[in-house]
Amino acid sequence: MPIAYSPKNLAKFQSLIALFLLCLALSILSDKFLTFSNLWNVMRQISVNICISVGMTLIVLTAGIDLSVGSVLALCGAITAGLLKNGIELPGQNLFIGFTVLGAILAGALSGSALGAFNGWAITKFNVPPFVATLAMLTVARGLTMLWTGGFPISGLGDTFLFIGTGWFLGIPVPVWISIVVVALAVFLTDKTRIGRYIYAIGGNESASRLSGINVNKVKIIVYTIAGALAAVGGIMVTSRLDSAQPNAGISYELDSIAAVVIGGTSLSGGRGSILGTVQGAIIIGVLNNGLVLLNVSPFWQQVVKGLVILLAVIIDKSNSKNE
Amino acid sequence: MTETATLLEVKKVTKRFPGVVALDEVSLSIEAGKVTALIGENGAGKSTLMKILSGVYLDFEGEFYYKGEPARFSDPKDAQQHGVAIIHQELNLIPYLTIAENIFLGRELVTQYGTMDKSRMRKRTQELLDRLKLKVNPDSQVFKLKVGQQQIVEIAKALLTDAELIIMDEPTSAITGAEVEVLFDIVADLKSQNKAVVYVSHKLDELFRIADNYVVLRDGKSIESGEMAGMTQDQLISKMVGRKIEVMRKTTDRGVCEPLLEVKNLSLKSRLKAGNVLSNVSFNIGKGEIVGLFGLMGAGRTELLETIFGLHPARSSGQVLLGGQSICCDSPARAIAAGLALVPEDRKKDGLVLGLGVKNNISLTTLQEMEQLGTLNDSKECELADHYISELRIKTPTKEQKAKNLSGGNQQKIVLAKWLATRPKVLLLDEPTRGIDINAKTEIYKLIIRLADEGLGILMVSSELPEILAISDRILVMAEGRLTGEFLASEASEDGILKKAISAMQ
Repeated sequence: MPIAYSPKNLAKFQSLIALFLLCLALSILSDKFLTFSNLWNVMRQISVNICISVGMTLIVLTAGIDLSVGSVLALCGAITAGLLKNGIELPGQNLFIGFTVLGAILAGALSGSALGAFNGWAITKFNVPPFVATLAMLTVARGLTMLWTGGFPISGLGDTFLFIGTGWFLGIPVPVWISIVVVALAVFLTDKTRIGRYIYAIGGNESASRLSGINVNKVKIIVYTIAGALAAVGGIMVTSRLDSAQPNAGISYELDSIAAVVIGGTSLSGGRGSILGTVQGAIIIGVLNNGLVLLNVSPFWQQVVKGLVILLAVIIDKSNSKNE
Repeated sequence: MTETATLLEVKKVTKRFPGVVALDEVSLSIEAGKVTALIGENGAGKSTLMKILSGVYLDFEGEFYYKGEPARFSDPKDAQQHGVAIIHQELNLIPYLTIAENIFLGRELVTQYGTMDKSRMRKRTQELLDRLKLKVNPDSQVFKLKVGQQQIVEIAKALLTDAELIIMDEPTSAITGAEVEVLFDIVADLKSQNKAVVYVSHKLDELFRIADNYVVLRDGKSIESGEMAGMTQDQLISKMVGRKIEVMRKTTDRGVCEPLLEVKNLSLKSRLKAGNVLSNVSFNIGKGEIVGLFGLMGAGRTELLETIFGLHPARSSGQVLLGGQSICCDSPARAIAAGLALVPEDRKKDGLVLGLGVKNNISLTTLQEMEQLGTLNDSKECELADHYISELRIKTPTKEQKAKNLSGGNQQKIVLAKWLATRPKVLLLDEPTRGIDINAKTEIYKLIIRLADEGLGILMVSSELPEILAISDRILVMAEGRLTGEFLASEASEDGILKKAISAMQ
């Protein structure tokens, strides 16, 4: 019997199949769906969620969670925009530091890493549950964003910077390129490196991992740091696309990100799942969002539909893993 | 003499777990108005039998009669309603609920309006606590009580229902002196009300005070039963241990060999209460020597291995030397680097990542060596896995097979493989044959002996005396966190070891 048709193999591709059916339905229902401008637009939007969700996947694989990604995204976008536009003036010292585009981006990414590392430190050093530690960071980072921006958008960031969010390279939007690189690196990390294996081992059985001599805390801090850095990358992309750092950017992005991870088949109890699954999950959510808009579904109903899809995906996944 | 009625009877009960027969055609009859002592070593099948009697395990073979009628309980609650109550050894209380809420959990009294009748429940609880002479408020939360008091609450819970049969599993493991006397009064009281009591304890002197009958279990079989009167402690002990010993290792007298692992004055403070879990434990293990470590439940055996392996750095004191060098094990990583390996007691909880494959579990301890230019080299991992799959004869369809799909014996071999891969100098084994079938046990014994012959020092904790006697060169006995005895294999006997393990507890 050809393996491709066995139900077990079919289950592996279920999210791809769901995605295909979704696209098929949308192209029949709406003549705008299957157009280049729409598809590239969808891809551009999805790129941000993919970046965040890759970090989220690594964390969820260790049986953790990160609720702070949306706020970290906003803060890092604002830091990058602020530094680029205004630089830093040290009060009383008559010293002004200006930032190049690259410098501002690096500063934004480093801030994200630092916030992520802080999450990891609080979780491992004080045994704070990830849910609580990152919930605290969600509030802290949002507050810092407000302080940094004074509550107003930072706009007018220059053409070079806008290239990141709106530019094209080899016929493909730059954000899509960025997410491809992020995904490729993350797949490499999870499949080919020691850290990757430790991530799965810790999520699968933390106690056995510790007894095997794995420095569990170090691995966790690394994972939260990566997630923070990727949230910053997302923030820079959003800021660039809008040519503006919004103090309210990224609100509830953590939910879309967790949804992508879960729809992609990663178990919230850790140890099981994959980066590529999450990519599929993020695409499904993005296409669904886009389709509901094209079909003029009211925003209220959009939320209802999205929620039900998430629930359905997890129910299907549960029954699959039972059959395993 | 009044005619005694048989309350509960089981005949030829067999209970199998994957790969193990836990009970093998056990028969037992429990009489009303009598206290029946259930005796046996750890792993003899006592817990399994009690779980069958109290409706926890439902799928077993054999006949089960309750009040003379064939019966099968459908679940623990059904057993309760039929009048079987059990006091578990491990406390089954909900810490943040009050005593009264715990005692009435699942059988709350309600008022005519359907709300909980708190005052009636509190009153009943107070009566029970008075009867048990426990002077605490029924509204205190359980986690604030001492362990001994919690044990009494557990007993109160069993007394609430008007049970016909009360099973007590090591009820005195956490209580002392006056509380024990109160418990014995209660038992006598229950007897006079013509209730049946099944009493499980390691403390033989207690059994002589309160039990009328005894049943001895050994290796999942019921060996003997009879009346307590006329028996002596030594007779009972010899019945518990009467298993044939198949000596597998002809220990050559290796004279005084130089010590490989030296443990000096190792102590471990208790996490929960004042006092020590380990007190000044000192011993040596020579190169190529197998040292068996015996002790009853709670003697501190597992804690000893964990402390040597660096799992409790904050609470421990003392010195560990390996090959004359002091090693400071404050983490498993350090211990592994020094040359120690620990095969933990609970392989599913601490030994394996069940969701990972055989190959990935084996390489988990040595991933550093599997790296090339920062990436994992799959062919090296396969080589390692293939090596141990064939050397330890791990039965698995492929090396990608998830560990959770293998039998207990093969899982244990994976754990051994991952530790052998670190090329340890000393192997710490905690119950290495627990829950695996007899063939796999024999294979593991042979492997341990071979490793010792290759020069490893081995410390093997086991609750199974026959296996300790079969392969150890030397045997250490622990009780209550201290070493209480040491025997050379040539002069060790089951009785002698068991006496050392039990005597310290009295």
